Amino acid sequence: MAGFFDRLMGRSSAKGSGSKARERLQFILVHDRIHLPPERLEEMKREILAVISKYVSVDEHNVDIALQKRDRNPLLVAEIPFHKAAEGPDDDADSFLSTEDDSPLLNEDGDEDEDDEEEEL
Amino acid sequence: MGVNAGVTTSGSRTPAPVKRARVVTITSGKGGVGKTTTTANIGVALAKLNQRVTLIDADIGLRNLDIIMGLENRIVYDLVDVVEGRCKLRQAMIKHKQLPELYLIPSAQTRDKTAVSPADMIQLTNQLRKEMDFIIIDCPAGIERGFRNAIAPADDVLIVTNPEVSAVRDADRIIGLLEAENKGPAKLILNRVKGDMVRKGEMLSAEDVTDILAIKIIGIVPEDDTVVSSSNAGTPLALSENSRAGVAFQNIARRLMGETVPFMPLDDSPNFFKRIARLFASGQ
Repeated sequence: MAGFFDRLMGRSSAKGSGSKARERLQFILVHDRIHLPPERLEEMKREILAVISKYVSVDEHNVDIALQKRDRNPLLVAEIPFHKAAEGPDDDADSFLSTEDDSPLLNEDGDEDEDDEEEEL
Repeated sequence: MGVNAGVTTSGSRTPAPVKRARVVTITSGKGGVGKTTTTANIGVALAKLNQRVTLIDADIGLRNLDIIMGLENRIVYDLVDVVEGRCKLRQAMIKHKQLPELYLIPSAQTRDKTAVSPADMIQLTNQLRKEMDFIIIDCPAGIERGFRNAIAPADDVLIVTNPEVSAVRDADRIIGLLEAENKGPAKLILNRVKGDMVRKGEMLSAEDVTDILAIKIIGIVPEDDTVVSSSNAGTPLALSENSRAGVAFQNIARRLMGETVPFMPLDDSPNFFKRIARLFASGQ
C-alpha cells in the first residue's frame, strides 16, 4: 500500500535499479579502498573465527563480520556471539557444546549481554 | 602547499609569484562523463561573470576542448610549443570572440603525455596567475602522467561523474589519489542526471552519490539534449540562459566564486506547462 502511494506521489521505491546500484557501489568501494578482494576477506574472516574458537565456543550461525565505512575510512565490524559456557566438568565442555550446537535453548538466551562481544578492528 | 618537489628543477631561483588566480582542475577518472563539456561551460560562465579566465587542455594527444569551444580553426601554437619554448605563452592563448576575457591554451594533437611534466604545468600556471582570476585545467581520463600534470598546479579539484556505478567507482579512486597527494578536499559535479529516473528510483540520486563518496557537491547538471546541439555548433551552453544544463553550469561558476546558490530542482514534473511545451516542440 505504502509503495502504491509512493509511486502515486512519484517517490522512489526501494525496488528500483537505483538501490541496486547503490548496494553494488558500496560493496565495490569498500573492497577497492582496502585493496582486499572479497575472496581474501572471506579467508580472513575464517581465520579470525578459527583463532577465537580456540579460546571460546563461538555461535557460528550468528556471526556477522562485515566491512563498513565511517566517512571515507573503512572499518571491520564484527559481531561474534559466544555460546554460554556449559555448567559441569571442564573436560566435557567441548564435546557437550558441539552436540548442542543447534539447540534452541542455547539460542534463546540472547538477553545475556556477556554472551556477545563486538570487536572493531 | 606551494612547495612541490617537482618545482625545484625549473623554479628554484624564482621567488613564488603573487598567487592571484585560482587554478581549478576538472577531472573524473573515467572518460566520457562530460569533463571537457564541463570545463568549457564553467569557463564560459565565469567569463560571463566578468572573470579573467584561461582554459588549459591538458589532454595531450587527444585534443578536444578547442572543438567544444568552437576555436579549433584558430590554433597556431599549443601547450607543448609553450613548454618546449617554441613560442611565448601569450602566443598560444586563443582569445574567445564573444568573451574577450576568456582564453584557451590548446593541447598538442600529435604528441604524447610525456611531452609535459607536472613541474612544467606549475611553472606555466604561475606565469598566468598574475593576469587571471581563474585557470581551469581540463584533465585527461585515466590516472597516469596526464592526470598528474593536471593536478600538480591545482588549488581546487572538481571531479565530474555520472550517476552510474562504474563512473562513481572511478571518482572514488580519484578522491583517494587526491588525498594521497594532499590535493583535497575535492568537490563533486554530478553530470547527466535524469530527474524522472531518479524519482522512479531507477537512477542513483545526488544524495546517494555524495553519501557514498563522502565529499561535497558543487554542481548537479541535468541530462539535456541541448548539450549535443551546442557541441555540434561549438558554442557552449552556458553562453545563453535558456537551457537547464547551461543554468546548472552557471550556478557552478557562481559557487566557485563563493556565492551560495541553491541547487535547482531536477524534478521538473510540477512544471506542467514546460512539459506540455516540450511535448509540442518534440512533435514538430
